Amino acid sequence: MPKVLITGSACQRFTGGRSELEVSATTFRRLVLELEQRFPGLGKQVEEGMAVAIDGEIFQDAYSATFGPDSEVVLIPKIGGG
Amino acid sequence: MNYIPSDLKVVGTRPIRPDGVEKVTGRAQFGADMRVAGMIWGKVLRSPHAHAKILSIDTSKAEKLPGVRAVVTSKDLPHIANEEAFVGEGPMNFRDLSRNCLAWDKALYEGHAIAAVAANSQAIADAAIALIDVKYEVLPYVIDVEDAMADNAPILHEDLFTAGVEPKPTKPSNIAKKVVFRKGDPDAGFKDADVIVEGRYTTQPVHQAYIEPHACVCSYNSDGQVTIYSSSQGHFMVRAYCAKLLGLNISNIRAVAMEIGGGFGGKTLVYLEPVAIALSKKSGRPVKMQMTRDEVFRASGPTSGATIEVKLGAKKDGTIVAAQEILKYQAGAFPGSPIGPGCMCGFAMYDIPNVDVVGYDVVSNRPKVAAYRAPGAPISSWAVECAVDDLARKLGVDPIALREQNGARNGTKTHYGPTHQNIGFLATLEAAKNHAHWKAPLKPGQGRGIACGFWFNIGGESSAGCHIAEDGTVVAVSGNPDIGGSRASIGMMVAEVLGVPAEKVRTIIPDTSSIGFSFLTGGSRVTFATGMAATQAAERVVEDLKRRAAQIWEIPVEAVEWKDGQAVPAGSNAGAFEPLDIAAIATKAGRTGGPIGAEVSLNAQGAGPGFGVHIVDVEVDHETGAVKILRYTAIQDVGKAIHPSYVEGQIQGGAAQGIGWALNEEYIYDKNGKMDNAGFLDYRVPVASDMPMIEAVMVEIPNPRHPFGARGVGEVPIIPPMAAIGNAIRSATGLRMHDLPMSPPKVRAALDAVAPKMAAE
Repeated sequence: MPKVLITGSACQRFTGGRSELEVSATTFRRLVLELEQRFPGLGKQVEEGMAVAIDGEIFQDAYSATFGPDSEVVLIPKIGGG
Repeated sequence: MNYIPSDLKVVGTRPIRPDGVEKVTGRAQFGADMRVAGMIWGKVLRSPHAHAKILSIDTSKAEKLPGVRAVVTSKDLPHIANEEAFVGEGPMNFRDLSRNCLAWDKALYEGHAIAAVAANSQAIADAAIALIDVKYEVLPYVIDVEDAMADNAPILHEDLFTAGVEPKPTKPSNIAKKVVFRKGDPDAGFKDADVIVEGRYTTQPVHQAYIEPHACVCSYNSDGQVTIYSSSQGHFMVRAYCAKLLGLNISNIRAVAMEIGGGFGGKTLVYLEPVAIALSKKSGRPVKMQMTRDEVFRASGPTSGATIEVKLGAKKDGTIVAAQEILKYQAGAFPGSPIGPGCMCGFAMYDIPNVDVVGYDVVSNRPKVAAYRAPGAPISSWAVECAVDDLARKLGVDPIALREQNGARNGTKTHYGPTHQNIGFLATLEAAKNHAHWKAPLKPGQGRGIACGFWFNIGGESSAGCHIAEDGTVVAVSGNPDIGGSRASIGMMVAEVLGVPAEKVRTIIPDTSSIGFSFLTGGSRVTFATGMAATQAAERVVEDLKRRAAQIWEIPVEAVEWKDGQAVPAGSNAGAFEPLDIAAIATKAGRTGGPIGAEVSLNAQGAGPGFGVHIVDVEVDHETGAVKILRYTAIQDVGKAIHPSYVEGQIQGGAAQGIGWALNEEYIYDKNGKMDNAGFLDYRVPVASDMPMIEAVMVEIPNPRHPFGARGVGEVPIIPPMAAIGNAIRSATGLRMHDLPMSPPKVRAALDAVAPKMAAE
């Protein structure tokens, strides 16, 4: 199953401090729904406020992204620049 | 498709910059140059107090002054709900953005906009400003970040409660947010360490110091159509923010990107445009507004000042086993410092198993901070890279060797989660180690320092196009204002795809009604993302040109190849035809399907991160405390340099700004919370005579997610200079400076403090 890593407090506050989850979703949109169902508020937070790194690659907007059963999905803050 | 480096004929060359002649002859039209028929002038009344309740604003005398056509306060803007969205360079709270453009019930910093006037002339507008009567209740203020975090600090916002802590606070605080990143077991890591170094560092807010002030001309027509001419890092950003702040339909606003005289992140917000539109609506005339330099400093965003505590633990063999950082960033009057990237960047260059990073976003009575090149990263890396230098000294090892031993490589998992891929950090360290600068002897009294920097780079939504003119010349269109040479790089990528010289392509930036949406110019994303869109548009044009050649020759399109700017038969079986160049095909465009062109809009992902290593030699004048930069070399992984001269310029510019941040630049406040140095005489940026030639060394590790291998290059070079210079001062004098800027008074004081001890020794 894909593994979701939560390294920062922005999302850990929804999971009671858990930093690693296994999920059944294999698309970003399904992941948002699953996270919202399991940890109310987290799905919305991920969809609106977070970027994700899927197997190391950062997606500022992962709406259409898919991932495999062995993928690692890391939730990180969105990144801007100067 | 990805292009093979050895096949490139245009990408990687150095054609003359397309905007150069207009700029050096003074004909380029910057925001402040714009004038339109019937235009009047707007001016802003600003708070003289660092923190005050606004009891009343009486504009009646100003309104009666002959020549005054409109006066506005925040009551003329819709009151916006506390709503946050990620639409600019970070999460944007539109209520705060509105309150920053025109204060609601409180002035939150000296220079905060209170009201604005539009009049027939600047002189009348100035006179009218003086006639506005504002009654204030002056409140206690707080400037320093740690003072603002104290329990008894004056509170800026009664509805601000610290996010990111449990249980949820019940008392308001100036700490807007706490963020934590943790990897492994930091406590166990430090217990396991043989050597520990730690330090407490500070930085002061520094301004982006763009030469061109914020300026705009805005016209609100009686039919509700709005036109904005302004200098910004994103005309689509200006359009979106103004629509939100004024309750307008986005499609009713046409924003025109003027030339921009520097932004560096500071022009990713709006300050004047919504006010000018409100004044234009009220007066029925186009309104021009332009900040003075004084206003730029007092009212537009610097980057954060900060306090950083750093601790590193290593084994005797040099392996870093634990790292900790506590960062406290000033956000200015409203939440939103770059604390997130600050927390992520400091240790991103290293492979450390146990990491603990805690960050605080803190409001105080200063102008709201804005993005500045690699927002947050230079502050964090200033502390980390000084600590790495201290660790190398304590271990008795070469600082490059220590970094090579612990440096991030492909497959290194960062403390904030993602795993590095296709990175060039070790290659930049190798280039530094082998550079003549690193091996050159130093004279007595001189010191050498080295430091590194990391930035993510970003992609995002972009639109670009490619159109073939009737004579076969090419127009490329980009949805992004050109700050750092993107017209050149986009034109060159289009030329490469089409197989024509760069000079045959003219790149322009249309207004927001004439091209698809593009996210703003920032995060070093335009050559990567908009360049990707332009490349795809040119590829579509090539496919169309091939189709038309096939039509002219009456052969299948599969039998046509595109080679060196010409359609040629794919082989002898395709038939014997003379090649058709773009001009030949363009002359028959009307008969083969009409005009030739394509526009591509995409959301680019896969921006490759960048790494930099800077080497600097300094000499310290023990009498004055002045630090002289003797030699400076900046090495950077740039992916593939599309136009190497522009890339070198980005590296040199970032290093120069970092040198100013290191040695001189700071906001100085008086005892009443008012800025004391709001001008370039007293806020000292480096000038040419301060600087040696900065040697830029490009290490090209192509980004496989870009057709030509490009990475963003504009952020990284501002990250290493402060620590590199601090490490060089340490090398020259034996002093570890902990506070920026390392200006003559501070260096002299530090030298004086150790003089008796040194004399005794």
